[in-house]
Amino acid sequence: MATSTFERRSPPIKLAELSSLSAADSAAINAVLARLKDLPGALLPILHGVQDALGYVPKDAVPIIAKSLNLSRAEVHGVISFYHWYRTEKPGEHVLHLCRAEACQAVGGRALEAHVKTTLGIDFHQTTADGRYTLEPAYCLGNCAVGPSLMIDGALKGRVTADRFDRLTGVTA
Amino acid sequence: MNAPKKAVTIYVPRDSTAISLGADDVAAAISAEAARIGLDIKLVRNSSRGMFWLEPLVEVATDAGRMGYGPVQPEDVASLFAAGLIHSGSHPLSLDLVEEIPYLKNQERLTFARAGITDPVSLADYRAHDGYKGLTNALAMEPAAIIAAVTDSGLRGRGGAAFPAGIKWKTVAGAEGAQKYIVCNGDEGDSGTFADRMVCEGDPFVLIEGMTIAGVAVGATRGTIYLRCEYPYGERALNEAIKAAYAANWLGANIQGSGKHFDLEVRMGAGAYICGEETALLESLEGKRGMVRFKPPLPAIKGLFGCPTVINNVITLASVPIILDKGSEHYKNFGVDRSRGTLPVQLAGNIKRGGLVEKAFGVSLRDLLYSFGGGSLSGRPIRTVQVGGPLGAYIPDSQFDLPLDYEAYAKLNNMVGHGGITVFDDTVDMAEQARFSMEFCATESCGKCTPCRIGSTRGMEVIDRLVAGDQPVKQEALLRDLCDTMLAGSLCALGGMAPFPVLSALNHFPEDFRRAG
Repeated sequence: MATSTFERRSPPIKLAELSSLSAADSAAINAVLARLKDLPGALLPILHGVQDALGYVPKDAVPIIAKSLNLSRAEVHGVISFYHWYRTEKPGEHVLHLCRAEACQAVGGRALEAHVKTTLGIDFHQTTADGRYTLEPAYCLGNCAVGPSLMIDGALKGRVTADRFDRLTGVTA
Repeated sequence: MNAPKKAVTIYVPRDSTAISLGADDVAAAISAEAARIGLDIKLVRNSSRGMFWLEPLVEVATDAGRMGYGPVQPEDVASLFAAGLIHSGSHPLSLDLVEEIPYLKNQERLTFARAGITDPVSLADYRAHDGYKGLTNALAMEPAAIIAAVTDSGLRGRGGAAFPAGIKWKTVAGAEGAQKYIVCNGDEGDSGTFADRMVCEGDPFVLIEGMTIAGVAVGATRGTIYLRCEYPYGERALNEAIKAAYAANWLGANIQGSGKHFDLEVRMGAGAYICGEETALLESLEGKRGMVRFKPPLPAIKGLFGCPTVINNVITLASVPIILDKGSEHYKNFGVDRSRGTLPVQLAGNIKRGGLVEKAFGVSLRDLLYSFGGGSLSGRPIRTVQVGGPLGAYIPDSQFDLPLDYEAYAKLNNMVGHGGITVFDDTVDMAEQARFSMEFCATESCGKCTPCRIGSTRGMEVIDRLVAGDQPVKQEALLRDLCDTMLAGSLCALGGMAPFPVLSALNHFPEDFRRAG
């Protein structure tokens, strides 16, 4: 026989191998936890820390965070899914937050929204096929006197026309 | 003419609206051009004056006062220097003395006294412009006297609920608890508002000072600013200012030798509108979903982590230093009836001269929209304005002369709220706006109470059928009935006020709902 019974036996299951997290991602999550887990009400700062480091909160980060804060995985998942800001999928290279609120609507926000979606070929919460842009809605960026407003990777842009959007992103339909 | 040897000071705002229109690039272009022509300049990144149609607004210090140029783009910079920018030279973008611009001159700036004047993160600049005078006075007073001053000033919560600040403070001062907290509500989610953002980015020390005074008054040693994550520029400015305040012993232990202790931190929200509701905000700070709590108990008795907590809006807390500096009488002398002091009004949306107008209560919308705002940006007639954010009513032209006053507005089911005014011209479709109010409520509902959670979704569907002309009389009756249930049966203001924009649109602009018929 080519294989012995000994070789056929499955190796013991290790948690690390079930997780899709890379060693670097795990290290980043653990560094955030080490820094913030003793704060009162630490969960939101930790989730911000993880998302700032990795661009998103990977599903496999949930059990690690839960264990560290002595919470159930359901509690951590519940918080992540409650807040619009946190995302559980890896975003594109650039994240666009487009304002949908009334002050921007009053100066052409709805038309800009349609233009952005057509140009990028995606809806809100989606990423372009080439992985360059993720589009998210924002309900007010506090730039209400000079809308329509857009945030590109945290940098605020005002008076965004369809033309200006194309120039800012370098994308054309 | 001999050029002065002293470096000339040039100001370019670091406010995020100015940056959104190119202020960072303008600042870089000014530095580069000055270096190229060998001119010694001191570039200060000041806060914004709140005249956003002029941003980026470049100011130059002269013997006569600060001369303005705007809106400046990087490509204008070379010609500005060539025209003699530093000697108040004339240029097509020249605005002359900034403080003489009527928009600014006709305001009553108390809370925003330093807006656009100082470097927001310079403690020395803050102190040179009356900063920390209020806290210095407060430290020499009995806590009860501080609270009495705030009560006597007539200051009411500027977040929208307009509850008297002094009474809230007195409740916390009298509550039992080993630990008390001061929480600042910086979750400015209302569209059409940016006054909180301007304080956080443009005068962070005034908020720090106001919170410290609140801490001294009620015996709280810890404070937290809950800031929305859509405001990264504000987060950076606040953290810089907090660091400087600690370094100079305006925060921490034994503040200025007074024996008083106050610690302060910034916490970021995560994009949930409902966290602007005070109990949802507290849940969020505790690391939970932002679910609204039942009241009572009031946060003043059982707030953050079950401890007595003062929770006030940014503008409320930022108005406290001037009250303690100049006295409650000074503040109270502005305003009308039970609405005392000033309100920072924010002109937003389709408006020619959008920005911040701090005025004593009693000013009319017409004055704000036309004298200050200059009419619509598009040049078309203004059809309606939404006052008080996404939960505020759409107000028709027939009510534009109403004085801005909490009680006068409430009488007509309108809301002053946080002072945001969003302007729409005659191209607006009010049925679309009404549907958006319901959609927004559905997206942002915390889900705890049924009228808000389910009612908002049903509301969208009913409006869709109404607009489609599907049994319109029946649909309208159903919509009004639904709004009544939401108004009376919701746990908090989200579900309880979302019907205001819907009903006001339906009452004042019924024709927009009957297009299919």
